Amino acid sequence: MVGGRDLGERVRRLYIPLAVFVVLMLFPFYWMLITSIKPNRELYSQKVMPLLVYQPTLKHYVDLITETNFLTWTYNTMLVAVVTTVVSVVLGTMIAYPLARMRFPGAAVVAIGVAATYLVPQPLLFIPMSDIINRLELGNTLTAVMLTYPTLLIPFSAWLLMGYFKSVPRELEEAARIDGASRLQAMTRIVLPLCTPGLLSAGIFSFTLAQNEFLYALIFLAKSEVRTVPIGVVTELIRGDVFYWGQLMAGALLGSVPVAIIYSFFVDYYVAGLTAGSVKT
Amino acid sequence: MAVRPAELARPVAGRPLTLRSLFEREGVFSWVMLSPGVLFLLAFVAYPFFYGIFLSLQDRRVATAGVFVGLANFVTLAHDAVFWQVTRNTFFYVAVTTVFKLVGGLGMALVMNQTFRGRNLTRAFLLLPFIVPTALSTIAWMWILDPTFSVVNWLLVHGGVISSGYSFLGNASLAMWSLVVVNTWRGMPFYGITLLAGLQTISPDLYEAAAIDGATTTQRFLYVTLPVIKPVLVIVTMFSVIFTFGDFQLIYALTHGGPANATHVFSTWAFDIGMSAGQLGMGAAVALAILPALAVLIVGLTFYLRRE
Repeated sequence: MVGGRDLGERVRRLYIPLAVFVVLMLFPFYWMLITSIKPNRELYSQKVMPLLVYQPTLKHYVDLITETNFLTWTYNTMLVAVVTTVVSVVLGTMIAYPLARMRFPGAAVVAIGVAATYLVPQPLLFIPMSDIINRLELGNTLTAVMLTYPTLLIPFSAWLLMGYFKSVPRELEEAARIDGASRLQAMTRIVLPLCTPGLLSAGIFSFTLAQNEFLYALIFLAKSEVRTVPIGVVTELIRGDVFYWGQLMAGALLGSVPVAIIYSFFVDYYVAGLTAGSVKT
Repeated sequence: MAVRPAELARPVAGRPLTLRSLFEREGVFSWVMLSPGVLFLLAFVAYPFFYGIFLSLQDRRVATAGVFVGLANFVTLAHDAVFWQVTRNTFFYVAVTTVFKLVGGLGMALVMNQTFRGRNLTRAFLLLPFIVPTALSTIAWMWILDPTFSVVNWLLVHGGVISSGYSFLGNASLAMWSLVVVNTWRGMPFYGITLLAGLQTISPDLYEAAAIDGATTTQRFLYVTLPVIKPVLVIVTMFSVIFTFGDFQLIYALTHGGPANATHVFSTWAFDIGMSAGQLGMGAAVALAILPALAVLIVGLTFYLRRE
């Protein structure tokens, strides 16, 4: 039985700190939502209590969609995220599989190289990369970001997938080989299906990272029609010193929704991916 | 599974070398699989990396040919007070946010490690700051910290704490602390959730044994919890530090490095010089300045992973 003292203890050790964490972590999202549905007279008045909305309006959303290229940006973001995720998981798999399961000359060098490319931060690469993209005449094309995002995502996917591929017992593969399966068949029909959770983790992680990417998109996509949501919102909705906060928050919220929805379906895989590198199982 | 004739499975000695049998060799198969990805990474990571070093040794403006100047860019930087300010800013930003994220994340993990209804749902919500595109959530923070309409100011003024609002992003030290707060907000869930996974590997038997031996809560934390999650703690922190060193979008979106360079870090300053001012050579040199610190971290991490 839970007595009065135990309950007090539980409130003190669980519910109060938990409430603090939840409020701190979620308040900015509440703020996005409430700002996006406030009419301007409530937004820019210092007399109105700001934590609530009195006369909610969808005007900012309508303006965002009709007056800006927001829908185009959303389309661009999704297209780039899907293409780069597929490319990165496929190429990441093709790197991780031999590294995890085969013995071949040069394996150690490749393994170290992949780890190094994962840890090389983007700020070290963006200036030379901008020159390379210019020379390839890919400025202001989505191809530019589709080529550069996988540099962040492939090493990560490979790193993550190696752990999963190592966990499949060699006997399963050998049994298939004795039954006449080629190496490729053993990979695609035996090992990969068993590693579906790993492939999902790599996929969902790559997708959220691709949606989040900012620096390359900022450098390569200077025309409105090719921009992604974060770049469009930051560069076009902030106009000089005049801020359109309602629209900005509507854009920030709508831009976050696709990631949040996909994430909500695959939370467990996302968390598995997050912890795979740091927690040994 | 049907058993097929044995000769299909094993290559017979002396059989002519066909393309197919070649592909069955471990080395050949491995390299055929690896090649596309490895070539891609060589072309778009390794090549830009070395090209960046090459650029840093040039006086190179956008749309003009570069002139080799040796280490002149680095010498100029060493004599530039802004460079040293940016260095201090970067180390301050990384160090302070790391401490906050580590302590806050550990607290979050310990709270979340108790059983309660709706724990998985709470975990999903707590991770939201980490998964939502950073530039977008940073814009929300910009509005939270707005000089005129800041809700933080409103709460402080109406709570009677202060009489008039702060200009969070307009004041040099407040702007830096604002960045620290936003970065902590975004990164703490990463620590919290990975450390939680580490905590969940601790067997309850260990706590029971410690409790029987009369260990207090603090002692149990120091002598049972900490030693077990230490490897996770070290790895998570190292990864986080490496990525915080390369942080760009949060700072770019919130302060642009301002006011008056007070919040510039290597990445945003390199962007201003290399992209906005078009001095590719000098920009590349600024970006390379993070390499020594980074190399120490990466080598440290590699050694730690080896030893574990």
